[in-house]
Amino acid sequence: MTDFDVAIIGAGPAGMAAAVEARSRGLSVLVVDENAAPGGQVFRAAEAAAQDPAVGPAIAPGLPLVAAFRGSGATYRPATTLWHLDADEGALSLAAHGRAEDVTASRVILATGAQERPVPIPGWTLPGVMTAGAAQILLKTAGVVPSGAVVLAGQGPLVWLLAVQLARAGVASLVLETRTTSLAAALARAGGGVWAGRRLLAKGLALMAGARRRGVRVVTGIRGPRAEGEGRVQRVAWEGGSAPCDTLLLHEGVIPSTHVSRAIGLEHEWDATQACWRPVADAFGGSSHPRIAVAGDGAGIGGWEAAVAAGRLAALDAARRLGALAEDAFAARTATLLAVRAAALSPRGFLDALYAPPAAVLAPADDVIACRCEEVTAGAVRRAARLGATGPNQLKAYLRCGMGPCQGRLCAPTVAALIAEARGLAPGEVAPLRPRAPYKPVTVGMLAGGAETLQQGGK
Amino acid sequence: MFRTRPDARPATVEVLVEGTPVLVPEGASAAVAVLLAGLSAIREMPVTGSPRGPLCLMGVCFDCLAEIDGVPNRQACMVPVAPGMRIARQRGAREARP
Repeated sequence: MTDFDVAIIGAGPAGMAAAVEARSRGLSVLVVDENAAPGGQVFRAAEAAAQDPAVGPAIAPGLPLVAAFRGSGATYRPATTLWHLDADEGALSLAAHGRAEDVTASRVILATGAQERPVPIPGWTLPGVMTAGAAQILLKTAGVVPSGAVVLAGQGPLVWLLAVQLARAGVASLVLETRTTSLAAALARAGGGVWAGRRLLAKGLALMAGARRRGVRVVTGIRGPRAEGEGRVQRVAWEGGSAPCDTLLLHEGVIPSTHVSRAIGLEHEWDATQACWRPVADAFGGSSHPRIAVAGDGAGIGGWEAAVAAGRLAALDAARRLGALAEDAFAARTATLLAVRAAALSPRGFLDALYAPPAAVLAPADDVIACRCEEVTAGAVRRAARLGATGPNQLKAYLRCGMGPCQGRLCAPTVAALIAEARGLAPGEVAPLRPRAPYKPVTVGMLAGGAETLQQGGK
Repeated sequence: MFRTRPDARPATVEVLVEGTPVLVPEGASAAVAVLLAGLSAIREMPVTGSPRGPLCLMGVCFDCLAEIDGVPNRQACMVPVAPGMRIARQRGAREARP
């Protein structure tokens, strides 16, 4: 007898949608999320930020889902960290408010979302250099904006969205766009998906026009951005130019957050288009482990609308597997959702082609820091690879990359790309880092408290 | 170099950053409080002592490790502010305490 029919990790669009759907099939549902409020990244702090004119329009589409999730009857555990998952036993080890706790579930849906791709450029460890996502989090959670000279460097839809949101909040930024793929080349590579995704594309073009109209200055096609300054960023420079800078916001797209899916040993595949690893999954999110499903951006970047459909599909699959949904009803319910997800994914090919990250972002120059925690340069990683470090797991013994506080969350993609390059292999031929539990630090006191609870329960 | 927008989100929660009172909006994290206090660096790295500020603010990078209410090495971006919270920067590596 397990505590819950379904445990969902993450309260973003996929997790919330999965919870609502699973509850509507009568399943008992636990949702574990690290943040204080539901929404994930795209709808982070949606309820609190809805009235802020800077971010309100972007957050509004998420409010009905947040409300449905709040009213779903799922057991919702915010500000809670999953630090171990025993997939075979369905046992989840959680930590919250200084306490550790174990719960069990018949099925587990990982809806861990996306993280920003690391952007290792010279000077990116200087205080004042942040990600574009971080600036959005400042806006959504607290209405806070950077002051002084604000520069956005990179590419992707988020750069333009953020430039507009900052402008609405009274901050005129400078955008240094690193995009080198032309619209025509991206269209040619994407094929037929563009027509189906025209609504999203029109939105993107409107954003770019809106940013310029609001006074955002734009330099396109820049190469070799670097942060400079003494003790903090004071200037951003690129090939053929420079500008004063108090806050530098970097962005080169997002990648699936696969820390947990890799730690529990799910099968992963290299996604060459998005230059990232993703867990292998069937149409309903079923992974290589019979108890575990993956849904949303954590299973491959597709955006929130695709994530909502994926979350519902994974929940319906859970209901079928647990005997709460007959096969014919399952087929009827999923057919529409599969079509909705396919439509939502249709512009991806174009977006991925248009915003392909530059080679220097994936595998930076020798003097650039690759591992921020242990302060290891790309050159040191390349040397270790030539000495015999065959992958990120082996490199730990050489340079400690992946053993610092972030446990490889940030450096693993860069380290793997550098090793592949030094060894003359394709990126997918170097096995990704295998994270270990605890997935996030827990104190000895928390573990001791958990053990006491277990002992008392056994008496 | 960050500022609040009182018309959108008034700063109502008082916390102590390095002992100095700072007013921050409800819902902000301890890392945001450090930024609003005007400090660009939140810690000095254990390896080289270089200054480091928050990078991602979403729990990925661990650059914002700080001592919060006496507990060291906490991800300041993942801890929402509460009235009277004490937030201190970290210099170098932590020492094990009995």
